[in-house]
Amino acid sequence: MTVVRDPALAADARRERRFFLSLSLPALFIVGLAAILPILWIIRQSFLTTAGEYTVGNYQKVLSSGLTWSALVTTLELSLGTLAACILLGTPLALALASVRPRVANVLMAFVMLPLWTSILVRTYGWLVLLRRDGLINAALTGSGLTAEPLPLVYNFTGTLIGMVHYMLPLFLLPVYAAMRDIDPNLIRAAASMGATLRQVIRTVILPLSAGGIFSGSIIVLIYAIGFFITPAVLGGGKVNPLSTRIERTLSTFQDWGSASVLGILLLVLMALIGVMLLAARRLVAQNTVEAPHA
Amino acid sequence: MKSLAITIESVHKAYGSYVALDDVSLDIQAGEFLTLLGPSGSGKTTLLMALAGFVRPDSGKLLLGDRDITRLPPNKRDIGIVFQNYALFPHMNVLANVAYPLVLRKIPRAEARQRALDTLARVKLDGLAERNVAALSGGQRQRVALARAIVFEPRVMLMDEPLSALDKNLRETMQYEIRRLHDHLRITTIYVTHDQREALIMSDRIAVMNSGRIQQIDTPQRIYDRPSTRFVAEFMGEANIVAPGSARRIDGAEPSRETLMIRAESFHLDAKLVGGNGVALEGILRAKAFRGENWLLTLALDGGQEVLVCIPAALAGGCAELAAGQRMTAYAPAAKVHAIPGATA
Amino acid sequence: MLEAYPQNRLARILLWSFAALVMAFLMLPTLVVVPLSFSASNLLEFPPHAYSLRWYENFFGSATWMAALRTSLILGTLTALIAVPFALLACISMNRLGGKTAAIIQSVLLTPSITPGILLAIGLFFVLAAQHLIGTLFGVLVGHVVLAVPVACIVLLPALARFDWNQVQAARSLGANWARAIGGIIVPQLRISLLSATLMAFLTSLDESVISIFIASGRNSTMPKLMFLSLRDQIDPTIAAISTLWTVIVVAVVLIVTLRQKS
Repeated sequence: MTVVRDPALAADARRERRFFLSLSLPALFIVGLAAILPILWIIRQSFLTTAGEYTVGNYQKVLSSGLTWSALVTTLELSLGTLAACILLGTPLALALASVRPRVANVLMAFVMLPLWTSILVRTYGWLVLLRRDGLINAALTGSGLTAEPLPLVYNFTGTLIGMVHYMLPLFLLPVYAAMRDIDPNLIRAAASMGATLRQVIRTVILPLSAGGIFSGSIIVLIYAIGFFITPAVLGGGKVNPLSTRIERTLSTFQDWGSASVLGILLLVLMALIGVMLLAARRLVAQNTVEAPHA
Repeated sequence: MKSLAITIESVHKAYGSYVALDDVSLDIQAGEFLTLLGPSGSGKTTLLMALAGFVRPDSGKLLLGDRDITRLPPNKRDIGIVFQNYALFPHMNVLANVAYPLVLRKIPRAEARQRALDTLARVKLDGLAERNVAALSGGQRQRVALARAIVFEPRVMLMDEPLSALDKNLRETMQYEIRRLHDHLRITTIYVTHDQREALIMSDRIAVMNSGRIQQIDTPQRIYDRPSTRFVAEFMGEANIVAPGSARRIDGAEPSRETLMIRAESFHLDAKLVGGNGVALEGILRAKAFRGENWLLTLALDGGQEVLVCIPAALAGGCAELAAGQRMTAYAPAAKVHAIPGATA
Repeated sequence: MLEAYPQNRLARILLWSFAALVMAFLMLPTLVVVPLSFSASNLLEFPPHAYSLRWYENFFGSATWMAALRTSLILGTLTALIAVPFALLACISMNRLGGKTAAIIQSVLLTPSITPGILLAIGLFFVLAAQHLIGTLFGVLVGHVVLAVPVACIVLLPALARFDWNQVQAARSLGANWARAIGGIIVPQLRISLLSATLMAFLTSLDESVISIFIASGRNSTMPKLMFLSLRDQIDPTIAAISTLWTVIVVAVVLIVTLRQKS
C-alpha cells in the first residue's frame, strides 16, 4: 500500500529539519572559516610564487631537496618510536591500574592525568631541567658513578622522543585503561578455573579484549605525533627536524610561503596515508579474533 | 447532541517500512474519558504523540473542536500532557513546575502562584509547594505532573501510561483519583495504557489498538463481553476461542457454525447453574491450579483444543477432588457465549 | 581483575614496580619545576642551596609577562564564551537530526581536533595575512574558538544524549517555544556539563601555543608564545615560577570542578 503524503505536512517536516540544521550553522561557519578555508588556502599557496603567479616550482624545489626527505624520515621515526614506547609503557600500566579497586585506580589515574592538565610548555621546561648536561638526571648518573661523562640526553633525537612519549602516554592510556576496565572479571576467573596460567590469561583473554582500546590509543598517538611541533622545536634544539619544524623554519626564517605550503601538503598526504592504513588495519583486527588451535 | 472535542481523520504514520499508524480515525466527545489500549508497538503512544504535536503524521487531519491543529506546533495546542516518566523539571521546585505553564502565558506572578497553589491543593499536595522535585515519592511526582497538566485549564488532557512506574496499591489509588478528578473537571481525556484492567476500571470508552489500527472502540463492558475480533477477545482477559462444532448445545439443538468466545470465568461445572439455554464443552482435565480466589482448570477438548475454565473458590466445592486425566464437562450460559463475527479459529 | 592469581606474587611485584616507574616518569617533569621556582640562584641547581621568591617577583614585575597574562586570560574567556554556545547549539542540532546528517556535521566539527596544529597555524596565517589581520587578537581568537568547539562538543554531546528529552516535550506542551525550552530547560539542567565545557574551552585557549606562535605578536602575544620564545632562547628560572603558578591554578580549577561534579 502506498500512502500519499500530505504535501503541507511534508513541508512542515522539512522546515523543522532546516531549523535543527540551522542550529549547527554558527559552529560549522567557524570551522569552515578557521580550519577548512585555511587548509584549502595552503593548497592554493603551494602553487603560487612570491609574486602571486601560478607555478609548480615550489613542488620541484621542495621535492628535490634532501632536507625534505630527511624531515619525512625524522617524522616517521619520531611517530613510530613514540607509538612503540607508548604501547610498551602504557599497556602494562593500564593493566596494573585495571587490576586494582576502582577507588584506588581513580586516585592513581588522577596522578597519571596530571600531565594532561599541565601546559605542554611547562612540561617541556621540566624536561629541559631534567635532561640537560648539567641537569638532574646527568647529575645523578655521574654522582653515583654510573657514567663518567654526562650523557647527551637533550637537544637531540632522544630528548625529543622522551618529551613526545611523555605527552602522548596519558592520551594512549585512557582508551586502553577503559577497555581493560570493561573486561568482565568473571571471564578471568573462568579462564583460571579452566587452568589458564597468568601469562596465558593475559595473552588469550586480556590483550584480545583490550585490542580495541590499544588500537584507538594508537590512532590518537599517531594523529598527534605526526604534526607535533613544540617538543621537537624546543627539545630537539634545532637538530631534530621533522616536517613540522621544517615548515616553521621555511615560513619564519626563509619567508618562503610556497615551499612551506608544499611541506604542509606533504604532512596532509602523510596523514591521509596513515588514515588509510589504519582503516585497513582495523578491518584486520576486527577479523583476527583468537582462533581455535589447529589440530 | 454532544459536541466533539477531538476528531482524528485517517491519520497515517510510517517510519520507513514500519507502519505505526494505519489510517486511524476516531471521534472523542467533549468531557469523555477515552483509553487507548494495546500491546507495546500497537501505535497507541504514537497516536497520543501525534495529538500532542511531537509526531508529525504523514497524512490525515487532527481537529480540536472545529480547529485544525494538524500543523500547529506543540506549544500552541493548549493540551495538557502527563508523561510516562512525569518529565518534571528537576531544577525547579514543585510550585515552579506547576506555575511554569502560567509563567509562559505571562500571567502575573501573584495570580500564577495562587492558581498553582489551588491546583496543588486539588491534587492533595498542599504544603509541598516549596519541596524539591527529587525529594518526592513516586505517587507525589505523579500528582505534580497532573497538577502541571491541568493548571492552565487545557481543553484536552493526554496521559501516556502515567501509572506504570507505581506499585500495585498506589496504582489503584491513583486510578480512582484520576477518574475522580476527571469527573470533577470534565476535561476531555485520552489515556494510554497496556493494562486492560486499568482500562476497564477508568474509561468511558476504550479503543483497542493493534499494529497501528483501531480494532474496536466501545464501552468497557461491550469490549469485554462482545469483542469484535479475536485479538480483542484475547487481549481483554482469559478468553477461550472455541472452534465451530466443538461446543454442544445443552438444549440439543444444532451446534453453532460460528467461532465462539467464552471467557474462562463464565463456566460452571454444575449444569443446573446454567439452565436449559447454553453450551457444554466435554474433555479431559489436563491440569488444575489453585489461585486463591479461584481455581483454574485446563480442559483438553476432544478435538485437541485446550480450554481454560475458571471456577470461583466459593462455588468450587468439588474442584479439590478432581484428578488430572479425568473426563469432565464445563457449561456456559448462552448470554456469556459470544460469536466473533467473521473469525475462523 | 587479577585476584584469580594470588600465587603469582612475583609477577604482580614486577608489574607494579614497572607501573610505579612509568607513573614517576609521567609526574616528574611537572613536579621538578616547583623547588626550582623558589631557588635564590641563577643556576639550575637541584636541590637549590638557598630559597627566595625572586623569580615570582620577576614575573609579576615584568610588564611583558603581565601583558601576556592579560592577553591569555582575555582570549581564554572570549574563546569559552563563544565556543560553548556554538557547541551547545550544534550538539542540540546533531542530537535532534540524528543519522547520517548528524554524523557528517560531527565529523566536520571534529576536523580541527585531528588536524595538526602546525597546518591550522600556517593556513590561518595565510588567510589572516591576506586580510591584514596578523598579530590581532581577533586572528588568534578565531583560531582558539575553532579548537575549542570540538572540545566542548565532546563534553556536551554525551550529556545531551543522557538528557531526558521528555522534559523538552513537556515544556513544549506547556507552551514553551524552542528558544524558551533551550534556555529554560536544557541549559539549567546541563549546567554542570556546560561548566566543564566552559572550563575545557578556556583551558584549550590558555594552553594553545602553535597558533599563538604564528599569529600573535607584540602586545597580543600570549603566555605560551612568550614561554616558547624564552625556552628557545635561554632558560630563565622565571619560567619555573610561571610553570608552578600555572600548574597550581589549573590543577585547582580541575579539582574544584571535579569535586563539584561529584557532590
